[in-house]
Amino acid sequence: MPAYLHAFGSHLPDRVVTNAELAERTGKTAEWIESASGIQERRWAAPETSIAAMGVAAAESCLKTAGFPTNKIGMLIVASGSGARGFPGPAAAIADRLCLLSVPAIDLPMASAGSLFGLALAMRLTETYGDILVVASEKMSPLCETEPLDPNTAILFGDGAGAALVSSRPGRWRMLDAALHTDGQYREDLVCDGTSLRMNGLTVILQAARKIPASIEEVLARQSLSAQQVTAFLLHQANLNLLTRVAKALNVGPEKVFANVQRYGNTSSASMLIAATEWADTNPGKGPIVFSAFGAGFHWGALAADSAD
Amino acid sequence: MSDLSRQQRLRKLVQEVAGKPAPEDEQESLFESGLLDSFALPDLVSAIEKEFAIKVPDSDLNPRKFDSIARMDAYLADHM
Repeated sequence: MPAYLHAFGSHLPDRVVTNAELAERTGKTAEWIESASGIQERRWAAPETSIAAMGVAAAESCLKTAGFPTNKIGMLIVASGSGARGFPGPAAAIADRLCLLSVPAIDLPMASAGSLFGLALAMRLTETYGDILVVASEKMSPLCETEPLDPNTAILFGDGAGAALVSSRPGRWRMLDAALHTDGQYREDLVCDGTSLRMNGLTVILQAARKIPASIEEVLARQSLSAQQVTAFLLHQANLNLLTRVAKALNVGPEKVFANVQRYGNTSSASMLIAATEWADTNPGKGPIVFSAFGAGFHWGALAADSAD
Repeated sequence: MSDLSRQQRLRKLVQEVAGKPAPEDEQESLFESGLLDSFALPDLVSAIEKEFAIKVPDSDLNPRKFDSIARMDAYLADHM
């Protein structure tokens, strides 16, 4: 049975943290931060704002766009890797706040690739569970603000949430195929222990620069599509320099790779769905689209979809 | 075993990717010295693959293998 993407939604905290603010606290310059990452500013949530609260706001935004009633949701999948608590994860809290009191709510504590894996799972599970709401919510700022600030990570991350509605009912984009991968030998190269974050940037970038284009080409080849035929690439927003390299590796113009990392920083699993929300809001027209993400684990992959009409 | 012409070719690649002269000392870390950053590394690996007509498998994408002219030379000696 085919699966469809119906709508996206997002939520960003109000507080804007500029490079100038972080420059003072990291000993770097604002110009260096933008040169190293492409990031100009990011949003950090208030201390009292929870991962679940941001996830609920994104979910409600998505359901409003879809014009779909919350009580018809058949499954909730929540990606989040930044929570301090081991269990229960935020899926239970988000389900409760949405008054979903008996549908399965699944946590994917995977960080950056979590929303991609959530979409891919929803594509397969919608036949059984009906309409599935995929939510990704991350509060990265507490990890960044551990003193002394690590300039290699504190400059990169932001807070936010995204959501997508997946259904077997015909919708705006038909989901075609997904390729998911994990290579656990790099599991110590990007780690969050609940209170701080450490990253081997050389390894992460080297692997991501290869694996993201490879997984995109893998899923496109299986659909007999070329990168040049794709309308838009909606990727995990890790770093503008990485997005540019992915476009180059795929031999497509950088304008095909949607980017909003400049304004929000890297919001981990939420970033891909926040990007999808903003891209969809631009009335982007028709044609194939490709999602892709890479993150801690390492987990990575790609998912292709196409306009349904 | 090191290969002088191979090291010269590697030095030229490093210079092209970095946009600055490669270090005289083949043992010097290209990353700790600040000559290359994390985003230059994928470009350097791609340049090595093209120059030496090899494919570096994902399992060999370890920054330590490409940290200096000497380490790249040793890698190539084992894979050419």
